[in-house]
Amino acid sequence: MAWELDADKPIYAQLTERLQTRIILGQYRPGEKLPSVRELAAAAAVNPNTMQKALAELERKGIISTQSTNGKTVTQDLALIQDMKRKLARGHADAFFAGMGELGYTRAEALELLQEIEGAGRE
Amino acid sequence: MSELIEIRGLTKAYDRQHVAVNNISLTLPRGKIIGLLGPNGSGKTTLIKMLNGLLTPTQGTILINGRPVGIETKAHVAYLPDRTYLAGNQKIVNILEYFCDFYADFSRERAIGMLQGLGIDPAAKMNTLSKGTKEKVQLILVMSRNADLYVLDEPIAGVDPAARDYILRTIVNNYDPSATVLISTHLIGDVEQVLDEVIFMRYGHLVLYTSVDNIREQHGKSVDAYFREVFAC
Repeated sequence: MAWELDADKPIYAQLTERLQTRIILGQYRPGEKLPSVRELAAAAAVNPNTMQKALAELERKGIISTQSTNGKTVTQDLALIQDMKRKLARGHADAFFAGMGELGYTRAEALELLQEIEGAGRE
Repeated sequence: MSELIEIRGLTKAYDRQHVAVNNISLTLPRGKIIGLLGPNGSGKTTLIKMLNGLLTPTQGTILINGRPVGIETKAHVAYLPDRTYLAGNQKIVNILEYFCDFYADFSRERAIGMLQGLGIDPAAKMNTLSKGTKEKVQLILVMSRNADLYVLDEPIAGVDPAARDYILRTIVNNYDPSATVLISTHLIGDVEQVLDEVIFMRYGHLVLYTSVDNIREQHGKSVDAYFREVFAC
């Protein structure tokens, strides 16, 4: 099935994030060969040029590399993958605080609410 | 290699009051899937018909592969018109033969494969098929050619959403880096994910030619939403 993509963000940026998530979750393991651009584009139901742009972005970040004959492979640098995970997590956290900020919450209040909800969930 | 399509000062006036295409200049590259978008009566079909040599420009020039539109360019342009032209009493298999004879770049295997993918019986007669299935057959015929340029005028308007997905995937899968696909449609939301670039037309003028991701980056909204804003009535 096609990947669910948001309507208002650049498509290649969303593809980059999806691919990063797959690498973080080990769906594409360190050192593993990625499917071809065409296969990935077909699976995501997007234009191959856009998928190519997303892969080029990952390559620029060093997360994947092009083997001359063997297509694109995931980096074996585990620290790099961890770092990427932290950056993505940080993005989600920033988005959370930004959303709470729009409701008038300070960071401390937002954290407090988060702990309250988390505590209630555990009981 | 030169650009695929070069349009210079193109104008088509049906009479003094009716200028369908008004002084358009545009260069389109190879290897792109391009949406041709605009409200009703903006000149999309007139432009498409001039690309196919079905209408003669009043002024201006079109070059495809560096050549003026004519017999040579038609051999490399696969065109899906906005209405049917296939005889109703023909079986699909006979039409396939006809296309094999007519177009040197037609792949019968590819056509049969796509018919199977959509569960269409090649032995069926055209006039026994539903409107949507007829449209699918015609699109399959067009996409089964190995053309440099595919021009699709409203290719998905009559088909159900599931078949739409299949058709879009077919377009992406058959994608060839040296060929360009030009799709005219009102159903922007359904196709924008597979488009590289979009052309906006209004009252025969070229309003905008840019990439889908540019619109999303600059305006923070989908091409569909942006279109509704630009062409709000």
